[in-house]
Amino acid sequence: MKKIYLDNNATTSVRAEVLETMLPFFSSEFGNPSSLHWAGRAVSSHIEKARQQVAGLINCSPAEIVFTSCGSEGNNFAIKGTVEALKEKGNHIITTAVEHPAVLTTCRALEKQGVQVTYLAVDEDGLLDLEELEQAITERTILIAVMWGNNETGVLFPIEEIGRIARRHKVRFLSDAVQAVGKVPVDVQQAGVDLLTISGHKIEAPKGVGALYVRKGNPLTPLIHGGHQERNRRGGTHNVPGIVGLGRACELAGGELDDFQKRVAVLRDRLQQGLMAAVPDVKLNGHPQYRLPGTLNISFAYIEGEGLLLHLDMQGIAASSGSACTSGSFGMSHVLEAMGVDPMLGQSSVRFSLGRDTSEADIDYVLQVLPPIVQKLRDMSPFYQNTSGAAL
Amino acid sequence: MYSDKVMDHFSNPRNVGEMEVPDAIGEFGSSHCGDTIKVFLKIEDDIIKDIRFKTFGCAAAIASSSMMTEMVRGKTLQEALDLTNEAVAQALDGLPPEKMHCSCLAADGLHKAINDYLQEKK
Ligand SMILES: Cc1ncc(COP(=O)(O)O)c(C=O)c1O
Repeated sequence: MKKIYLDNNATTSVRAEVLETMLPFFSSEFGNPSSLHWAGRAVSSHIEKARQQVAGLINCSPAEIVFTSCGSEGNNFAIKGTVEALKEKGNHIITTAVEHPAVLTTCRALEKQGVQVTYLAVDEDGLLDLEELEQAITERTILIAVMWGNNETGVLFPIEEIGRIARRHKVRFLSDAVQAVGKVPVDVQQAGVDLLTISGHKIEAPKGVGALYVRKGNPLTPLIHGGHQERNRRGGTHNVPGIVGLGRACELAGGELDDFQKRVAVLRDRLQQGLMAAVPDVKLNGHPQYRLPGTLNISFAYIEGEGLLLHLDMQGIAASSGSACTSGSFGMSHVLEAMGVDPMLGQSSVRFSLGRDTSEADIDYVLQVLPPIVQKLRDMSPFYQNTSGAAL
Repeated sequence: MYSDKVMDHFSNPRNVGEMEVPDAIGEFGSSHCGDTIKVFLKIEDDIIKDIRFKTFGCAAAIASSSMMTEMVRGKTLQEALDLTNEAVAQALDGLPPEKMHCSCLAADGLHKAINDYLQEKK
């Protein structure tokens, strides 16, 4: 059976060059980078090289990179670390209703401790009202947290404009760029962000490693207290192979960014147009232009996403759905719900996320396999009016 | 996540469709997740002679609907009314805990159809 992986927003495989770079650090280069002796020294220079590679991709200085264990840790560290470090200044956070749970549930947990949080609404395309954002800022606001690219819909927020607003009001600005780094240009100087989250496994580095950009002059209270690693910002012996892999992945992604964006967007558009031409009653979720190049979130009216995913899976196609009738509120993803998507359409959404390895043949296979599955499920649906259903 | 039985009934659901002139129809929508079933019955002498369904929902909902139709075809209305959600889930070799509510759809839709039918006959 063909195996086609269109769930790259969930995770990616480790790229061959990245794995190769990592391998010595499991065996011959085993030292603890904090050790003074030869074994440690041999490794510490590679950690610093990785730091430069990550910094190079987002245009910051290496000292502003803190290695973490994942994107979730980065978001927790940035938010909780800011709340703690700036508690004299205020206790108000502005974020959006469509953030990843790593931001949203962190904010909800902080609300229980007395922190005030504003969750900005989005419009039907998934975009923000920037005037509303600016008006939400008060004397007590210590952090604006707005993601760069949405993991479910791919919607890209106008980070530069938000950065200008944050600057104007002298409020710290965090952007969760886990889905954006390596896929679209991310320049922390141009964007005016103070904190930026990166995760390795979304960009062909391994799981269990990430990085947080912390602009100089924006101290954070550590989340993980421990040794002197990461200049006292994050305790814990370094995940050396992971960090070296993340550095290499960032270097490679940076060099191929233009090509990647163009190629993947063409394939995504081929999939989108092909599905819209072959299947009636479909709806694109997310702004058609302001979108990550490889993400397509689309609803197939009258059927539930899970059934479609399972049938696709049986044909070797891996995709995902934000919906699950386990999540309550009519099984809708919080992102689509915030966009005001009709609950029935929200449940019928499927996300395809393309990667560097996705080929035209993969897309054409999906275009061949998917329409009959949708028809089969529609013929089973009480909401779909088509006489052919009675003949089944 | 799903048993082989669930996957079997999900990929090849039995008795899918509608009926031209059913003796009873029951539609039931879950307020929990929006899943919806429509059940069509052919009834003779208080026995379910034929049954069809249409379901909007996840794999557990579709498989439960299909299994339910198999379990009550040829049974008396009372036997059908006695069918429980648990029995449907058990016949499918179980459902993941968070999907148990999806099996309610099948039995509840069936019971609604039968109760409406009995009400009208009175
Ligand atoms: C936008 C976004 N933020 C944060 C995360 C969490 O990253 P990690 O899996 O590395 O904890 C993800 C991954 O799903 C994501 O898509």
